[in-house]
Amino acid sequence: MARLDLSQKLAILSDAARYDASCASSGTTRRDSRDGKGLGSTEGSGICHAYAPDGRCISLLKILMTNFCIYDCAYCINRVSSNVQRARFSVDEVVQLTIEFYRRNYIEGLFLSSGIIQSPDKTMEDMLRIAKRLREVENFRGYIHLKTIPDAAPELIEQAGLYADRLSINVELPTDNSVKAYAPEKNPATIRRAMGDVKARKDIAAERSFSGKRGKRFVPAGQSTQMIVGADGSTDATILAQSTQLYGDYKLKRVYYSAFSPIPDATAKLPLIKPPLAREHRLYQADWLLRFYGFGVDEITAARPDGNLDLEVDPKLAWALQNRALFPVDVNKASKDMLLRIPGFGTRTVGRILSTRRHRSLRYDDLLRMGASLKKAQAFITAHDWSPGGLTDSADLRARFAPPPEQMSLF
Amino acid sequence: MYTVPLPRIGTDIAWRDAAKRLIGAGVSPDEVLWNFDTEMDTLFATATPLPPISRRIKAPQSFVEMANWVVWHKDPQRFARLYALLWRLRHQPGLMQDRADPDLAKLRQMEKGVHRCKHKMKAFVRFRDLRQGGERRSFAAWFEPTHHTIEPTAPFFARRFADMDWMIATPDVTAQFVDGNLSFHPGQPKPDLPEDATEALWGTYFCNIFNPARLKVSAMTSEMPKKYWKNLPEAQHIQGLIAGAEAKVQEMRDTAPTVPPERAAKIQRQLRGDPSTED
Repeated sequence: MARLDLSQKLAILSDAARYDASCASSGTTRRDSRDGKGLGSTEGSGICHAYAPDGRCISLLKILMTNFCIYDCAYCINRVSSNVQRARFSVDEVVQLTIEFYRRNYIEGLFLSSGIIQSPDKTMEDMLRIAKRLREVENFRGYIHLKTIPDAAPELIEQAGLYADRLSINVELPTDNSVKAYAPEKNPATIRRAMGDVKARKDIAAERSFSGKRGKRFVPAGQSTQMIVGADGSTDATILAQSTQLYGDYKLKRVYYSAFSPIPDATAKLPLIKPPLAREHRLYQADWLLRFYGFGVDEITAARPDGNLDLEVDPKLAWALQNRALFPVDVNKASKDMLLRIPGFGTRTVGRILSTRRHRSLRYDDLLRMGASLKKAQAFITAHDWSPGGLTDSADLRARFAPPPEQMSLF
Repeated sequence: MYTVPLPRIGTDIAWRDAAKRLIGAGVSPDEVLWNFDTEMDTLFATATPLPPISRRIKAPQSFVEMANWVVWHKDPQRFARLYALLWRLRHQPGLMQDRADPDLAKLRQMEKGVHRCKHKMKAFVRFRDLRQGGERRSFAAWFEPTHHTIEPTAPFFARRFADMDWMIATPDVTAQFVDGNLSFHPGQPKPDLPEDATEALWGTYFCNIFNPARLKVSAMTSEMPKKYWKNLPEAQHIQGLIAGAEAKVQEMRDTAPTVPPERAAKIQRQLRGDPSTED
């Protein structure tokens, strides 16, 4: 086989990395390089430097160190039984790509993942060499996300947490049985143990010693995970229950849902489908309701008997349509908890309502200016000059929110 | 009538200073004309000197912060709108909390526009390596912001790229960072920047991180509007990626599952700890 040049390797190893949904570069410590001795900064919010035509943000250089892999996960482009072309970056190549892309303002940092080569420890050690070079030799102060190899030795994971802003370990599929069926070499218990380790070490690092000093910073942007949606038969209720448990047990920053998407050289074990993008979108909306709007999993998934979310209307609207007896809600009097449950009101709108109504009574037009989506909200609220009348209980209310027509391609 | 000249560089400080003097002297909004970068015909500009700082009127902190953004908006009315709100604030101190007041809502919307523009500048500036040798590397970029956003955004680049020299040229104002010092100069036409080979690698990355099975063009254009494309080296690939996406996915579907490579069975046996495969 002819030797691959850098551009060919980059093509293969970014192609192999695109099935990982995470591209976050936010929420880490604030750093800069004003001292002139290093490169890079992180300032709280992430930056999306470009968008691909799949609508996804490009914030990090997301690549695999190598796509050689000894595992045989059915959903994965890099599984050992696939005939996809293989490549491997040297430490130097990854470091140079990261630094040169960063200097041109293409990226916020590096998201490094890898196939498993030889052994989990060996793979993790090689990834650590890259992170260490970036931090200690190049004085790189941008963002680093390392995909952790769950079976790697705990000391290696600990080191990774000192260099990286974020660590992630993918739970891959929503249930243990699915993991067994489609990722036979992966062990859900090991994955959970590794996530537990990261959480425990992060907790220790956050504690102050008797002298009041904090430990060394350990994954300041926390850990995240990813689940593939639509490869197995799990319902949305199963998926969301699993997420809730993950958020609770391991204090995850994010659970990413990745619609199972066609891969080159697929296996007969897992036929290719059209990726369930609408379902993925509804799961993210439900995930938000669970974390920021005070909803419980049961409430969100109760709307349909099959345990899946309604694909035609968003989960908050679906819940409101099922619970019309609680509406309409008076925006001038309702509690914050209840305001958050009104379809078309986001957390920001609710904050604005609370601060303004201390001064005066709110009208319909006021809500418009505050950013509420009244097309959705109007049936569920009363305001100083607005009452929905019979709208709240009208039989055709659901039909008013019929799915929008599909957007035509711009080209 | 007061005509207040506001320079293109340092607009924020000049406006703040003038507003302080005018509000302190009780000058009402309809007695003030704001003249940004001498855009106004000098025929109407009268050179009444600004009143001295007399009485200090304390504006709410939230107003000061908002004004610091709104002054960079491209709307010629921005200074007058800000001053009119400041005038109302004298008798309505709670006004800043009223998120539904139409005057404030308009200013907040302008503030949001400047914020977005700043965010897009942080994201979409693309430096080219000038390959000038010397101890510090030097880079340059050409950018066309929607508002006058280079001045409030340049410090971000100074914090991030402190170990290199750089220049961001815009039609309006050019920011320069040399040996750790940031300075602003009048704008210029698009400079001729040397080719940079790394742009081709970036294009390779852009094409390969794209998943053709998830084509969602409107999601891309809402975050990366077309007006920015001409200065983004990766944007030249967009049309080809969209045009070829369906065929690529169809090819994945049509390809029959292949026979696993020879090494697969051996690696899997080793993984299961079968000693007969050691060689």
